[in-house]
Amino acid sequence: MSKNKSEYLINRHDNQYEVVVGLEVHAQVTSESKLFSTSATKFGAEPNTQVSLVDAAFPGMLPVINEYCVKQAIKTGIGLKAKINKRSVFDRKNYFYADLPQGYQISQFKDPIVGEGKVILDMPDGQKEVGIERLHLEQDAGKSIHDLDPKNTFVDLNRSGVALMEIVSKPDLRSPDEVNAYIKKLRSIMRYLGTCDGNMQEGSLRADVNVSVRKKGSKDFGTRCEIKNVNSIKFMQMAIEYEANRQVDLIEDGQTIDQETRLFDTKKNETRSMRSKEDAHDYRYFPDPDLLPLEVSDDFIEKLKSEIPELPDEKKKRFIEKFKLSPYEANILVSDIETSNYFENVIKKSDVKLATNWIIGELFAALNEKNLEITESPISAGNLSKLINLIKDGTISGKIAKTVFEQMMEGDKDPKKIVEEKGLKQESDPKALEALIDKVIDDNRDKATEYKSGKVKLFGFFVGQVMKVSGGKANPQLVNEILKKKL
Amino acid sequence: MSEITKQSLSELVESIKSKKLSSSEVTKAFVERSEKSKELNAYITEDYANALNKAKKFDEKPNLDLKLPGIPMAVKDLFCTRDLRTTAGSKILNNFVPTYESTVTQNIWNEGAILMGKLNCDEFAMGSSNETSFFGNVQNPIDKNLVPGGSSGGSSSAVAAQLTPITIGTDTGGSIRQPASFTGTVGLKPTYGSCSRYGIVAFASSLDQAGPMAQNVKDCALLQEVISTYDEKDSTSIDFKRNDYSKELTKDIKGKKIGIPKEYRVDGMPKEIEDLWKKGIEYAKDCGAEIIDISLPHTNYALPTYYIVAPAEASSNLARYDGVKYGFRAEGENLIDMYEKTRSEGFGAEVQRRIMIGTYVLSSGYYDAYYLKAQKVRKLIKNDFDDAYEKVDAILTPSTPSSAFKIGEKTNDPVSMYLNDIFTVPVNLAGLPGISIPAGHDAKGYPLGLQIIGKAFDEQNILNIAYAMEEKINFKNNITDWWIK
Repeated sequence: MSKNKSEYLINRHDNQYEVVVGLEVHAQVTSESKLFSTSATKFGAEPNTQVSLVDAAFPGMLPVINEYCVKQAIKTGIGLKAKINKRSVFDRKNYFYADLPQGYQISQFKDPIVGEGKVILDMPDGQKEVGIERLHLEQDAGKSIHDLDPKNTFVDLNRSGVALMEIVSKPDLRSPDEVNAYIKKLRSIMRYLGTCDGNMQEGSLRADVNVSVRKKGSKDFGTRCEIKNVNSIKFMQMAIEYEANRQVDLIEDGQTIDQETRLFDTKKNETRSMRSKEDAHDYRYFPDPDLLPLEVSDDFIEKLKSEIPELPDEKKKRFIEKFKLSPYEANILVSDIETSNYFENVIKKSDVKLATNWIIGELFAALNEKNLEITESPISAGNLSKLINLIKDGTISGKIAKTVFEQMMEGDKDPKKIVEEKGLKQESDPKALEALIDKVIDDNRDKATEYKSGKVKLFGFFVGQVMKVSGGKANPQLVNEILKKKL
Repeated sequence: MSEITKQSLSELVESIKSKKLSSSEVTKAFVERSEKSKELNAYITEDYANALNKAKKFDEKPNLDLKLPGIPMAVKDLFCTRDLRTTAGSKILNNFVPTYESTVTQNIWNEGAILMGKLNCDEFAMGSSNETSFFGNVQNPIDKNLVPGGSSGGSSSAVAAQLTPITIGTDTGGSIRQPASFTGTVGLKPTYGSCSRYGIVAFASSLDQAGPMAQNVKDCALLQEVISTYDEKDSTSIDFKRNDYSKELTKDIKGKKIGIPKEYRVDGMPKEIEDLWKKGIEYAKDCGAEIIDISLPHTNYALPTYYIVAPAEASSNLARYDGVKYGFRAEGENLIDMYEKTRSEGFGAEVQRRIMIGTYVLSSGYYDAYYLKAQKVRKLIKNDFDDAYEKVDAILTPSTPSSAFKIGEKTNDPVSMYLNDIFTVPVNLAGLPGISIPAGHDAKGYPLGLQIIGKAFDEQNILNIAYAMEEKINFKNNITDWWIK
């Protein structure tokens, strides 16, 4: 871990406090069907249309493990460089709630499917390793809807039984920025693997955030509070900031912190006590007798390992070594599988350096402005690569390319066609340029005289005039050369 | 007693196959006898009209290749039956009609049998006398005001009274074997994983097992052959080679080694049980078996272990009956209030007792001392059997420590009620097959049973031993039809 300048500390009087954060991320497994039933998992379906007898806990119904979800969890474990447990056990977590039909959630308590692993974060001042404590599989609950009727609560069981991976980090995070980087990295790895779509709006990724504070330099952890079910990175950061400051205030005030579960109120930007340690549920975990321990063979794990694609860390390394990208550029391009795929498609047929600049610069800015994802880009990788080739072979200047690019953003048009149709081809014929330049010098005799008498700054004026007269199409390099001779 | 209902399953199958009888004639005979036997209270839900219709349909196009061609039968009301109310003997499922069929009953219908109705049982199979049923006590046809055993009390009563030629029960701690013993009938609890639990209202998932109940061993073997299938819908179902139990049935058990566990001579065991056991040993010897004394040292701990494991699982299994989705709901001020009222009014006293015990033993701070320790003891009990089976092929014990008792005799003494299962629970804890066969009568003339316990998946062997001993014992049930006016 690098000692960094951008340390996140809370100052009160003469004391400096460090924030300690651990996350329990709930990631929905990408799977057509649920963890223990064959019901569909599509988001946004009509309420209670994706519910089997098992999901609704009808008498005598039994869970049967979905092998695909097991594979997804193991793949994620491999992506987190974690230990895969060949034997894991499903337990029942018992509690009553209207949207929990069985009266228990099937989860993994003592023996999770994935053990310790790690995630590498790229922070501005270097890399940071965050430990993963475990990953286990569990069922999601249904959804209680309280605001449809003044007296009644409605229950939608579509989500009931959907497979979740709970990924528990070690208390290694030290700032809201690190939390941001951690969630993004986790999301990126799972999207590369195709094991979780990471869609936070649809609730595919949410987290319980454990926060404690301690005086800078202290080795002991403070008492932590758990902020339940936060569903955006921004809210996680806000909640941590609020909660850390609340705890520091208490300590400074000579009070102690109660270990408790809290809720983050996004409207008031504050955390509120939900239940204290004493009121904590006794979940009465015990091994689910309807399910045998889950056992996987070495061959099964090896086969899954062979299916793992190149992950962001490895891809970044390759981009730096093979394409001579800077770590900064590589980071941006590998952060998302879709972006890196786009990049690799563009450079199949065009210059890497130019492609990097155009994607990170123009394309990202334009997409950002239109609020589009890379997958929704109006410009296909193929056409961007054509545009870059037009610049590279001198057909158009970088400046003209920007005009062409803007038109391409309006609809995926072939840049060659735009250049032809609009007559934007760069003028690189020396004779034509000479004629143009002669005319500009003629029209500005006085300035030419001044230049010759030593006012060299005027060179830029002449370049500008030539470009203006050519409608921006004159090859700037040639213009420079010819102008120097002529003046 | 009509001639038809006196016939055993095997005889009825033969009569239908040889067209001496039609399914309609057989079904009508059992329906009529059932209707005359309401005083036994063996049924919770009757489905006679449908049964007669189905019989008629069967006769129109009889498929005589089936194993149970047009045979009517009633089943314990713990098996979910499509479109026919399934209550588990509880108020909380009083109006519950499944849209699905349990695997075990589906197997039975697939072989041509016809459902006549659902048989009474202890609420959620929790009881040893059928007295915890929301639908009232069941009379033992042996004598008025005598319990038929439990939890499959409606099943044992119905078979003994010949309201159904055969039936199925479920056995979590003795719920097939004890009622069989109390009614002079035969009941088999198969190896755990032999019969699918899919669609059976769960009591204790790691112990529950469905099994056949019949008038004789051969019928039992035939029904076991039908109901035991591997089922992907039950993750604890085991894919092993199943025999054609009835076809492979033999009385030749010469040289079979039968173990007699000394720990089953419990304190205060009535002399007549001891005598019955001795007689059983003689019968086994007469059949050519070799008797070997064995030890199952942890037997003493079986009952307390069972009464931790079973309630623990039950407390969780029964959490789904919360008034939210189906079944009985009591109105409440809010969600918690609704839960409390629904479950207080919906569950009877014994079920509530076990939910409380189970919740307690799983609670943090008690889990290790009770549940975890019970699991360890359970393993030791299983090891005892494994060691014993190094020396013997099967084990012979009494089925119960007494004959049937009077209704109300033990209702206020749960521990004495629980002691009824003392010889049967170790078998469930070890996941082994066990069969109870009638072997004699006590001084009052009430039937007594002997239990033969087998190795896992060795149903054929204990069926064979039971078949051979059945002939030697030549038991006659003394049923006077006292309830028929």
